[in-house]
Amino acid sequence: MPKITLVEFNGADHTIDAESGTSLMLNAINNGVPGIDADCGGACACGTCHVFLDAQWLDNAGEATSLEDSMLSMRPDREDTSRLSCQIEVNDAMEGMVVRMPEYQM
Amino acid sequence: MNSISQLPDPAATPLADIDFSDPRMFLQDNWYAYFARLRNEAPVHYQADSPFGPFWSVTRFDDIVAVDSNYQDFSSEPVIVIGDPEEDMPLDMFIAMDPPKHDLQRRAVQSVVAPKNLAQMEALIRSRVADILDNLPLGKTFNWVDEVSINLTTQMLATLFDFPFEERSRLTYWSDMATAAPEISGGNADPQEREAALMDCLATFTRIWHDRKAAGSESFDLISLLQRDPNTSDMVDNPIEFLGNLVLLIVGGNDTTRNSATGGVLALNQNPAEYDKLRADYGLIPSMVSEIIRWQTPLAHMRRRATRDLEFRGQKIREGDKVVMWYMSGNRDERSIDNPDAFIIDRENPRHHISFGFGVHRCMGNRLAEMQLRILWEEIMQRFSFVEVVAEPKRVQSNFVRGYETLPVRVHSRQG
Repeated sequence: MPKITLVEFNGADHTIDAESGTSLMLNAINNGVPGIDADCGGACACGTCHVFLDAQWLDNAGEATSLEDSMLSMRPDREDTSRLSCQIEVNDAMEGMVVRMPEYQM
Repeated sequence: MNSISQLPDPAATPLADIDFSDPRMFLQDNWYAYFARLRNEAPVHYQADSPFGPFWSVTRFDDIVAVDSNYQDFSSEPVIVIGDPEEDMPLDMFIAMDPPKHDLQRRAVQSVVAPKNLAQMEALIRSRVADILDNLPLGKTFNWVDEVSINLTTQMLATLFDFPFEERSRLTYWSDMATAAPEISGGNADPQEREAALMDCLATFTRIWHDRKAAGSESFDLISLLQRDPNTSDMVDNPIEFLGNLVLLIVGGNDTTRNSATGGVLALNQNPAEYDKLRADYGLIPSMVSEIIRWQTPLAHMRRRATRDLEFRGQKIREGDKVVMWYMSGNRDERSIDNPDAFIIDRENPRHHISFGFGVHRCMGNRLAEMQLRILWEEIMQRFSFVEVVAEPKRVQSNFVRGYETLPVRVHSRQG
């Protein structure tokens, strides 16, 4: 149960007890964190669970698939640290991870 | 009516004898039972013969998501409608391209509908909506499609293209002509009239392109965005691609929102308890907008082509086979959506619908569409206690655009 902090675009932060083995997106939704839409429900198919990781967590979060990369490439606000949170599986080593959310999901 | 023109009995007819591309199912709005049978009995179904050639139907929500997000196996080329490309008028557009070319062309224009731009458009849209609604005739029957839905979406489209405002009805005409070819969607456009309309569209926008280029535009309209992006800056020199993308952006920004703006009125009239919920709580408008878009499903299908022999849900699909994802069926799939045939404006998870598609071709203008519909309903509720449907709608004959030609209504002022 690592503690993960999600930061809204306006700076409001939400620290949650995340569940290892499930997606970061589901953890955000289940804890009522605003700013993640997840229209497709976690199929890497809509791009509305976009987040920015702090660079130090990129390795731990693993490589994005080519599908995720394609979905992210549609985002005008994509950064090097962009990921879709439905494609990140939480693990115990993510204790203290900080995740920023974009200004909008589309 | 002779028996040939009647649709077959949906319950008793063998699946092999039903034409699932028959546009009359949509014209008559009686497709539900046919596609429920497919979802239950043959969710990935091969139809060996149709006016559009043989094709597979994919009808369940999750299967559509799987096909839609797998562009490697299911290509969007050469076209995304059930009808094959026209030999005498081929059109290239990025919705009918695969990555990486698709990504380059889409990226050039998508910032026009980025939420940052939308925030700046909100006040403009609201004032236009107010103007449209304030000029509706009280106590008289009129066609909601013409007076409100087309009026609103055409004004928006003119703004997105920075198209001469007083000539904006031409955009609507070109949009209607583009999708209404018999061989594309079972529509009823005259081929010669359609070709003339599309050529007029191309000539008009070619002129606009060169004028704007000469003037050195720095604005954020779609034409200027295409000109500024190195991947699309010479698109005007490729008329097939220029016209194709114009048609894509015009249809995408027009038909869909227009028919949801009409469908919402119809849905609330058919479900008076939901209308009462709305009257009691305007805060339901955002979730109602998503529900309207699901319920209406303004585009009935998208078509793909298998890039290799593969097995999908136990069916052997061969390379080159046409695969049609029926979005309106996925949106009525009880496996993914509770009570899917009901119109419920405060659904738990209203954004979980298939109308925008999924994967890299997911609707680019989805947030703009939602915003226009939200503002429309906010302003309607400020003015009218009831937008009353007084006669049956006349629907569009098409297996692609699920739309309306007429919806006769009367509006009742809140002041009584």
